[in-house]
Amino acid sequence: MSSRAKPAVTDTIQPRRKLSPRKRAQRIRLVQYAIIIALAILAAVAADWSQIVDVFFRPSLISRAVTSGLFNALVNTLVYTAGGFVLGLVAGTILALMKLSQVGPYRWMATAYIEFFRGLPAIIIFIGFALLPLAIPGLRIPFPPYGTAWLALGIVASAYTAETVRAGVQAVPRGQVEAARSLGMSPFTANRKIVLPQAFRIVLPPLTNELILLVKDSSLIYIIGLTIAAAELTTFGRQLANTTANLTPLVVAGFCYLLITVPLSAIVRRMEASTEKAR
Amino acid sequence: MSEPLVTIEKLHKSFGDLHVLRGIDFSVDVGEVVCVIGPSGSGKSTLLRCINLLERPESGTVHVAGVEITDIDCDIDAARRQIGMVFQQFNLFPHLTAMANCTVAQETVAKRSKAEARRIAQEMLERVGLADKVDQYPAKLSGGQQQRVAIARALCMQPALMLFDEPTSALDPELVGDVLTVMRKLAEDGMTMLVVTHEMAFAREVADRVVFMDDGVIVEEGRPSEVIGKPQHERTRVFLKRVLDPTHVQPT
Repeated sequence: MSSRAKPAVTDTIQPRRKLSPRKRAQRIRLVQYAIIIALAILAAVAADWSQIVDVFFRPSLISRAVTSGLFNALVNTLVYTAGGFVLGLVAGTILALMKLSQVGPYRWMATAYIEFFRGLPAIIIFIGFALLPLAIPGLRIPFPPYGTAWLALGIVASAYTAETVRAGVQAVPRGQVEAARSLGMSPFTANRKIVLPQAFRIVLPPLTNELILLVKDSSLIYIIGLTIAAAELTTFGRQLANTTANLTPLVVAGFCYLLITVPLSAIVRRMEASTEKAR
Repeated sequence: MSEPLVTIEKLHKSFGDLHVLRGIDFSVDVGEVVCVIGPSGSGKSTLLRCINLLERPESGTVHVAGVEITDIDCDIDAARRQIGMVFQQFNLFPHLTAMANCTVAQETVAKRSKAEARRIAQEMLERVGLADKVDQYPAKLSGGQQQRVAIARALCMQPALMLFDEPTSALDPELVGDVLTVMRKLAEDGMTMLVVTHEMAFAREVADRVVFMDDGVIVEEGRPSEVIGKPQHERTRVFLKRVLDPTHVQPT
């Protein structure tokens, strides 16, 4: 009843017509666009474009980077990352199974390893590997320098993949193991044929994300000290940038990382969308 | 009559403080179809799961086909090959086709060749009426079809005994009949079956014996016409009234 009386009162007073909430939101949005466009124009006018191009995108240095081994460095980055990821995935899966084991000491060892290497900055692990041959005379890690790089990256990756794979295994419903065991499968066979295939399907998106992180972590290999032939993208870009006193080679190297990581994230998005649909 | 296929003696099982099975003595003969009925929480499913040791009983013994399942020296994986199990939630392997669901254990456990495993799987899938769904993934099948694949999967191991844990409870009502028909055919073919169920019509028509459980003990057992038709115990009568005539129950 009172609600019927009220509009009459406001109609008569009505000091200033108030905007409806949607109208107001529209106005606010327009103001924001106007500010953004104004800032962009300001930046474009104020910037010294010739200097920016000269420092970051000098064409002569772009072509010099491409001809002096950019492709080789890109391949090296891929090789380092792939080896580290495979090693990390295998070790991570073993650690995940240890963490889910009924045997206490396995669980404790896995937990200690994971917490230790996940808690350390990756750069410390790489510095450690760089110093290891000095600290232990006669130590030789096979396939130099790839072996060292794979091992260092593998240790970093394994700690992360272990937790991801564990989450995946635990996401497989209990009934799956029960069905497998009731058919007479041993725990090992049930894991290999039934649980792990499903677990990996579940964690494929987060695992790909970890691969992206590892691509970037592979840049830390420069700490180990690499020959020109073994240089990966960051080492390559940094050396050339140093000798030319220009940032263009670094920008080119950085762009190569994007060539790897952007398609990978696109794959992750597609996988996530398709699992969403399957649900 | 020969030795029973399943013999259970003085079986006890607890989950923490909850004493679920309180001394079960029970046996199933070769070729017999036994339906276990009773209110939820009465321990029916737990009893079934103790028979293939998915649950480990605290005390008591379970013998299946002369093997003591509860013995620590028992090769449980070998013993489980004799015991097919069908679950309420089907538990099909979602990453495998209907065919692969049926062959995976044959190849890894029974060590049959791929061709042999496929032949048996095809035969069993035909037996449950799904010869045309061989290459489908479980997600593409209806609940009733999934449950029939699950039955075929268990049959592929050529078990001596089939355990059914509420096989139709997760199904839409119109799909129940397909599964029960398959089970009835299986019973007619002479399979030894132990079925936990709420399908009283199935129990009455197909079972050789009905067991009523309540509160972790077997209250009464006998021919279906006796247990369902003329129950001797008050608890059985109350339960049957609630199940058979659910619109006239006094709310408790």
